[in-house]
Amino acid sequence: MNYTLDFTPVIDGLPNLLWACLGTFTLAICGMLLAIVIGIGGVILRQSPLKPLRWLVIGFVELIRNTPFLVQIFFIYFALPLAGIRLDPTPTAIIALGINGGAYAIEIIRGGVQSISKGQMEAGLALGLHKAQVFRLIILKPALRAIYPSLTSQFILLTLTTSIASAISAYELTSVSQRIESDSFRSFEVYFTVTAFYLVISWVMMRIFALFSSRYFSYPVR
Amino acid sequence: MGREEFLFLLAGLKWTVALSVVAFICGSVAGLMVALARTSGIFIVERLTAGYIAVFQGTPLLMQLFVVYYGLALIGIQMDAWAAVSVGLTLHASAFLGEIWRGSIEAVPRGQTEAAKALSLGYVSRMKDVVLPQAIRISLPATIGFLVQLIKGTSLASIVGFTELTRAGNIISNQIFQPLTVFGVVGALYFLMCCPLTIYGAHLERKFLTASR
Amino acid sequence: MNQTINSATTTEPMISLSGVEKWYGAFKALDNINMSVAKGEKIVLCGPSGSGKSTLIRCINHLEAYQKGDIHVGGIMLGHGSKTIDAVRREVGMVFQQFNLFPHLTVLQNCMLAPMRSLGLDKAQAEDRARTLLERVKISEQAEKYPAQLSGGQQQRVAIARALCMRPKAMLFDEPTSALDPEMVKEVLDTMIALAEEGMTMICVTHEMGFARQVADRVIFMASGAIVEEAPPAEFFSNPKHERTRKFLGEILGRH
Repeated sequence: MNYTLDFTPVIDGLPNLLWACLGTFTLAICGMLLAIVIGIGGVILRQSPLKPLRWLVIGFVELIRNTPFLVQIFFIYFALPLAGIRLDPTPTAIIALGINGGAYAIEIIRGGVQSISKGQMEAGLALGLHKAQVFRLIILKPALRAIYPSLTSQFILLTLTTSIASAISAYELTSVSQRIESDSFRSFEVYFTVTAFYLVISWVMMRIFALFSSRYFSYPVR
Repeated sequence: MGREEFLFLLAGLKWTVALSVVAFICGSVAGLMVALARTSGIFIVERLTAGYIAVFQGTPLLMQLFVVYYGLALIGIQMDAWAAVSVGLTLHASAFLGEIWRGSIEAVPRGQTEAAKALSLGYVSRMKDVVLPQAIRISLPATIGFLVQLIKGTSLASIVGFTELTRAGNIISNQIFQPLTVFGVVGALYFLMCCPLTIYGAHLERKFLTASR
Repeated sequence: MNQTINSATTTEPMISLSGVEKWYGAFKALDNINMSVAKGEKIVLCGPSGSGKSTLIRCINHLEAYQKGDIHVGGIMLGHGSKTIDAVRREVGMVFQQFNLFPHLTVLQNCMLAPMRSLGLDKAQAEDRARTLLERVKISEQAEKYPAQLSGGQQQRVAIARALCMRPKAMLFDEPTSALDPEMVKEVLDTMIALAEEGMTMICVTHEMGFARQVADRVIFMASGAIVEEAPPAEFFSNPKHERTRKFLGEILGRH
């Protein structure tokens, strides 16, 4: 094979690709925020005294965890308009990412709450603190610390999953690279470069998470 | 959605299963190599495998499939989509399984290796007879968890152009204009494959937790 | 310290329980408990595991709900609403078997948290109070450390100081030395003895019979959720009336 690599289309498309990285970040961060909201809400419902509510949450979590994101995003993409909600692909993708990440977040947060011993709660109550104070001042930080590693790896995964949003043409790195690829036919060059971009993106995300952790969770544990 | 359309989905399902099985088996073999290299104690080998793992864990599976698909063609290997996707998923699985198994190998207490060394067992016997049997047991829940990820990951083969379950769903959906029904059925089929595995994995995890207490 | 003199002259008990009953489902955990603790009195509660002694003191600050009977603490009738529960918890300190220090806060912060958030002290007042009490349990040099950096005995002394920072009228001890390595038991008991000598009202669930002999005004023996016997320590140890008490003492003293 006498194929010579030619990165010219990639270099020409660089500004577009860099902007698209911002799109990927936006999808990832909005998706994470929505996932956290769904996660916390889900955990609260999961502990409801009403059995049907608990089952609803369990069913939701298992449904999401046992089907591919690609199928989920297609489903949501077609379902929203039928429900009378007309959204652009990008917000649709954020909703899909949030729902997907939320299901995993529910399981992770639940584990964190369970990891806090009952004694911590009781010690706070015995000191005359209210339940809300106990949760905010005593439970929250150790619980967050306990789930932080799994939460961050889940969020890195969510960041990488944004590439699947290209299937509904949301604005992010993969869909932009597909456009450059189909214009130039320099498939390998484009995708190789973009893969490197993703590597940098996930590395940056990891550094941010680690930085936050070293600031916020600096207390020693046994 | 009629009988014919459903049969078409089932034909796609067949390929999803085939892809999953091939990628899991080949990925396991390669993953074992990765895990052994990662714990070899040889600095340069460990660094290289760590890099290999980091690349696959730090990039989207979709990109990995693209790069393998077009990269293979570039170096002169003509393959159909099915083979290319199998190679891509195998590499992907080898990195993830390698990392899972590295963790389990390291979770086997050091005393086990030391005892085996004291009994003058060589590396192969130490690994094969002492460490790996324990490591595999430890890794089982995470391995099954990854198998579920892999089955779901095969859906990305549809974007590369291979007709497995999700792409079959796309095709049918474009024919009969009932996307919700079609993707509902497609999702249900994935669910039927993955959910038993998830339940089994959770069961094993609980069992190990209580056993180690 | 006028208040001390005044309340010492009143006859009203610091803590009183009358007809308290508690069930876990069909299991009766507490059976018609009546007891009264005067101001400055030291009570040691003992009994076999599962006899309800921990449950009993955990009812006093309502960490456990009970179904029947009344509990008064420092003149407050403990209701089931959060108002009186909070009031009682501010008056009564508790020390737990597992210390339950907050791992993400330093020793000093552990002691300052509740006085600031629950009593409304400002930071300087809370810190002042915390340092004084850490001094009293002889651990002031560890104030900036985190719980995980301390030994079990040190942690438990911090837990005592943390409870004292609320200026409680009474202290509840729930097996405070059971989770400690043997060589650390003494430092915690010494702290408790010092506290007793200062006149604190105390209810201690413990199997440390030496402590009971030295400090207790009364020893209460519980079995199967009921109070079986109560007596001053001299009488309790030399002349136990009930068969179950004798059996228990035989086991626990024979072992040591």
